[in-house]
Amino acid sequence: MAEAHASTGRAFSVRRQTGFTTIAILCFITLYLPIATLVVYSFNAGVSIAIWDGFSWRWYHSAWANDQARDAATRSLVIASFAAVIATTVATMAALATTRTRPYRGLTAVYAMINTPLMVPEIVTGVALLIFFAMIKVATGYSGLAYLIAAHSAFCIPFAYLPIRARLESMDLSLERAAADLYATPWMTFRRITLPLLWPGIIAGIMLAFVISLDDVVITELVKSGGQDTLPTYMLGQFRRVMTPEMNAISTVFLAISIALVTVFFFLNRRRT
Amino acid sequence: MSLSHAALGELGDAKPAAGAAELERRAMRVRFGLLAPALAILLFAAIGPLFIVLVYSFLTPGPYGGVLWSPSLEGWFRVLFQRDIFDDSINFQDAHLSILWRSVKLSGATTILALIVGFPTAYFIATRPERSRNAWLFLITIPFWTNLLIRTFAIQEVIRNEGLINAVLLKFGLIARPLQLMFTDGAILAGMLYVYLPLMVLPLYASMEKLDFRLIEAGYDLYANRFQVLRRVIIPLVKPGIIAGSILVFIPSLGAYVTPRVLGGGKNMMLGNLIELQFGQGRNWPLGSALSMTLLAIVMAALLVYVRFAAKSDTSGHG
Repeated sequence: MAEAHASTGRAFSVRRQTGFTTIAILCFITLYLPIATLVVYSFNAGVSIAIWDGFSWRWYHSAWANDQARDAATRSLVIASFAAVIATTVATMAALATTRTRPYRGLTAVYAMINTPLMVPEIVTGVALLIFFAMIKVATGYSGLAYLIAAHSAFCIPFAYLPIRARLESMDLSLERAAADLYATPWMTFRRITLPLLWPGIIAGIMLAFVISLDDVVITELVKSGGQDTLPTYMLGQFRRVMTPEMNAISTVFLAISIALVTVFFFLNRRRT
Repeated sequence: MSLSHAALGELGDAKPAAGAAELERRAMRVRFGLLAPALAILLFAAIGPLFIVLVYSFLTPGPYGGVLWSPSLEGWFRVLFQRDIFDDSINFQDAHLSILWRSVKLSGATTILALIVGFPTAYFIATRPERSRNAWLFLITIPFWTNLLIRTFAIQEVIRNEGLINAVLLKFGLIARPLQLMFTDGAILAGMLYVYLPLMVLPLYASMEKLDFRLIEAGYDLYANRFQVLRRVIIPLVKPGIIAGSILVFIPSLGAYVTPRVLGGGKNMMLGNLIELQFGQGRNWPLGSALSMTLLAIVMAALLVYVRFAAKSDTSGHG
């Protein structure tokens, strides 16, 4: 196959397509160039996000001293933690009920329901929750963080569900059968055999859910009550103002957290396959 | 004796049968118990409220937002039409039409451009040696999981008047004054392409990874040139990936809110922004609800087309 092409002077490969490599490399550069610019200017000593004035940590200090941003970041982390734990717990249970079983009536409907948040545009869900939660707020007078946590838990469920289900499906049944043969109760089998084997899937699910919750803008923007900004909605509000590298600094920290989580997720996932 | 034997046999048969039914019932109860919490949360905070939106779209707008509980088709009427204040004649609502058209046009363009850029990129990754392939894949995955708002912010910094593109062009004397790139349809297009591109590359890669290169070899053996191999062999084989990627880019583009808000400004609205406006300053919840249902209907239609296509390419596929 690898016959030499005299005209190009390069070995002929069936895998090569003209121009594809160039486009791919340009694509990667374009994907990373804006992010790199953003990160670089977070270290700018000047007030501009376009003119480089030398290196400094100035904007990281100022971001740290920014009470609004810090509050918003804390709120983001609180909501994401609750949502990730809740979504992963219920998704694990749902995954146990929908895998390794003969198809039963309603299974398709269950799949459809679990995947709804992936199909319905965020703005539509956001508007729906705005209306629904406004009713509850009027009826109960409660306007705390629980609304945001409920909304985030719901749209995180399909993301937590996917890796857990994948893990369950690739798991060997023989260990659980052996446990049952040795008179372990179903609960003991679950605690001692299924759960430890499932653990990597659960961790992956929790991290995905956490990142998804942390990133959400649209639903949060519509559902939040006054003074409930998360970091993304706080940042969205800042776009209208004059921008300083402080936003770059906040973004860079945010990016670092996301990338760290995704990296861990990626390696967990890879070890599995 | 024979009778008692038969009775015994019957008993013996009936008992496991009853046991199996009992087991089946218990399994069902366990299953229901396991599913209930997830479904309850989804019904409460994702699916159920959609029905409220549907109801609201048939009500009368309240004076300060909210609704009055009297049925009306005005919300749906105003999605596309308006009544002249002076002579009550019915016209198309031009502003809504242009926003609807912009949403469809920009989402379509984003999908096509993402395919043009994403296809070679996915192919490039799929043809790397096994070891480096994961690294390239990881490079695509990272932007996919980083905050959409931050990526929009990053692209804004590149295309704004004092941004990277204008700075470079000015420096080399190619332009005399900064180009106005922000707050245009082009800016929204560039932003959406940038943020949704990984959604095209990942499913494309998934189907290219399984590509059987012996078929491509066969194509060359039969004197096809590179372009013919691409068109007649590779593209048909990865069609499921093309369809999946297109749908994954088209749907979020259609409902995009953040990217048009940041890069398009107040004038270049898309459907998502128009919906939000009705619940904010517009104070017309029924119209906003009707618009939301319209967007949902378009998305569901796109998904149905996808299911059709996917089923078709499954049956007529390469097997």
